[in-house]
Amino acid sequence: MTRKQKRLSVIAGGLAFLGAATGLTFYALGQKASYFYMPADLTTASVQPGQRIRLGGLVEKGTIQRGQGATVAFSVTDTHKSIKVTYTGILPDLFREEQGVITEGTFGPDGVFVADSVLAKHDERYMPKEVADGLKAKGVWQESKSE
Amino acid sequence: MVETGHFALVLAFALSLVQMTVPLFGSRLNNQRLMAVGGPVAVTGFALTALSFAALASAYANSDFSVASVWENSHSLQPMIYKITGTWGNHEGSMLLWVLILTFFGALVAAFGSNLPATLRANVLAVQGSIGAAFFLFILATSNPFIRLNPAPIEGRDLNPVLQDLGLAIHPPLLYLGYVGFSICFSFSVAALIEGRIDASWARWVRPWTLVAWMFLTGGIAMGSYWAYYELGWGGFWFWDPVENASFMPWLAGTALLHSAIVMEKRSALKIWTLLLAILTFSLSLLGTFLVRSGVLTSVHAFATDPTRGVFILCILTLFIGGSLALFALRASRLTAGGLFHPISREGALVLNNLFLTTATATVLVGTLYPLALEALTGDKISVGAPFFDLTFGPLMLPLLAIVPFGPLLAWKRGDVFAASQRLMAAFAVALAAMLVAGLFIDGASVFAALGIGLAVWLVAGALTDLAVKSGVGSVAPAVMFRRFAGLPRSVFGTALAHLGLGLTLLGIVATLSFGTEKILSMRAGETVELSGHTLRFVGLYPAQGPNYSEDRGRFELIGADGNAAGEITSAKRFFPVRQMTTTESGIRTLWFSQLYLSLGDENKDGSVVVRLWWKPLVTLIWGGGLVMMAGAAMSLMDRRLRVGAPSRRRKQASAVAPATLP
Repeated sequence: MTRKQKRLSVIAGGLAFLGAATGLTFYALGQKASYFYMPADLTTASVQPGQRIRLGGLVEKGTIQRGQGATVAFSVTDTHKSIKVTYTGILPDLFREEQGVITEGTFGPDGVFVADSVLAKHDERYMPKEVADGLKAKGVWQESKSE
Repeated sequence: MVETGHFALVLAFALSLVQMTVPLFGSRLNNQRLMAVGGPVAVTGFALTALSFAALASAYANSDFSVASVWENSHSLQPMIYKITGTWGNHEGSMLLWVLILTFFGALVAAFGSNLPATLRANVLAVQGSIGAAFFLFILATSNPFIRLNPAPIEGRDLNPVLQDLGLAIHPPLLYLGYVGFSICFSFSVAALIEGRIDASWARWVRPWTLVAWMFLTGGIAMGSYWAYYELGWGGFWFWDPVENASFMPWLAGTALLHSAIVMEKRSALKIWTLLLAILTFSLSLLGTFLVRSGVLTSVHAFATDPTRGVFILCILTLFIGGSLALFALRASRLTAGGLFHPISREGALVLNNLFLTTATATVLVGTLYPLALEALTGDKISVGAPFFDLTFGPLMLPLLAIVPFGPLLAWKRGDVFAASQRLMAAFAVALAAMLVAGLFIDGASVFAALGIGLAVWLVAGALTDLAVKSGVGSVAPAVMFRRFAGLPRSVFGTALAHLGLGLTLLGIVATLSFGTEKILSMRAGETVELSGHTLRFVGLYPAQGPNYSEDRGRFELIGADGNAAGEITSAKRFFPVRQMTTTESGIRTLWFSQLYLSLGDENKDGSVVVRLWWKPLVTLIWGGGLVMMAGAAMSLMDRRLRVGAPSRRRKQASAVAPATLP
């Protein structure tokens, strides 16, 4: 190979590498990112059973049921609509009735959301941002509540 | 005292303005006296910032609740250690720590930079001063820690219980030393662009600073990871959380910088690229500061959200990143480019390293910023987590890790892959054996787990091979070999240690993810549970009182093979009345390099308690590997070559003392 050919092949190799990395990144963004929904969004958005999403809202009062072992069932609501969620594991310390929560998982065929992770707000003063924004948009949340 | 601190902060801001302008004019006018102003001003600025920080720390230590920041983040009943660490456990105080470290590095350049060319030193200090000025202004305008309350409250609102931990004493200072340490590399780059001149001695100056920053950043990230692991009670060590990514991006870019600076120093090549990397690395540090401090992300790190702060930091970010890149675009063509080189060589391997690392940085950047951008543009909220990074970051890292052992064994200018492969045969055989053992003899091992173990062992064995080859194992007599080994440059040990640490971290990650087991169950007092060959008995729940909390301690006994108790593990639910907040203290028992980890859940109506337990094999290697990497960086820093002016000293020494008499 001549010097020029060598240089060209190095450049082509580098570009192919970057192209592959870029392609993979976009593919992964399309496939592996999970969308955030509030319960009322789910009447309009089409979410297939098995599609991974994040579901956020308030833990509805009086819906927390402890079942067998470490399985817990509760409803997540945005006051317009509520969705039943089951979760097996230890709930975060700040998980409480009528508090903001984000759950991540998939819908089962029976329409119950099976969460594999549950996040509550980080401390007393703050809601998870997504939940606070969502509730504000739906007119449920007032700024004064945050203090 | 508080007012003294406040006043010192304002003075430090004024001095940073002087530091930003006077030396710069001096270098333009070639006026020695103006240029000489930079050094003393930088040292005084540091002293004033330290005074200011000490004033705030003493307000925290003495629980002076007339200071708003102390009132919001402290409590008189807190143990003294958390009162002091609480100084930076909040937005205002942590920004003050940030500038304290910034001015500290500036003062270091002033103190140790006497052998730098005068104009370069003046310009570096000026750039450093400009970063300081921006952040001092930010603190004074939007995040003043010294604001008083009148009337003074009697009691404080307590530090966020999650932060009441020894981790707060270690993680933020280390991380900031890393983050902000890269500001020196940035200042050197911008100074070189201002001067329009760059040479190999520049790289020799920048490399130790990069090493220092990289060392602390490694420690900060490792410590943060361990803290999250034991404090949050989820048993995870890395969550691909945007805040973690914010610290990981400068680390990746800094690692690339560390390697490209070697090429520049040794071969005078990759000059412009190294300079750009130095700018990008600190830009990513600034981006990290923005993401964490502006409140665009929700996390334990976002102490309070205030939109003006976000906008202010965004302005600083735009100014410095935009300004430096614009300067780069204008001036880079003036710098003489380095020579070309053969792709199969040490420098070729280092370029490959840079290609992989910067691409990996870019994927992490996309994964971190894309959700923010998408929300701003369309309002859709997505989260990008482990599945994304497994698919993008993972495939980039695997080939990089596979070629790591080759790098140090290739010669400069023109390397011989075949010869390097021959030398690595033993390491390859060991790695293959480890892979087969892991794949065949461990139950439930997947192909990926076996490959991962093999790769980790390959890295460790490759690092050891490097040392062995360089000390001549197998080709010279043992006495000569030991003498050669002891006489190897420190930087060779540094490289080997850093690569070995990387292997250990990988081993810990693969072992924990592949062979770790977990159980979630509800237990009553007296019941036992078995997990991966370890038997635990739940003794019961016992209430206890702490200084500013009450807790329910769940006591567990580890049952030995003979049926007797072989140790105790305690996990607790702590309730902090001031913030009405509960935290979980995980119970951890370290057995060799592995850990039994358990965390207590809620109490059921029938009196049983939900317990989640994990067996985490080799998990401590994840952070232990980080410590070994830090040791490698420290070792490299001790290399004579990195001290400016050292080569001449070394030559003198070499002629005076025969190498054979060295230990």
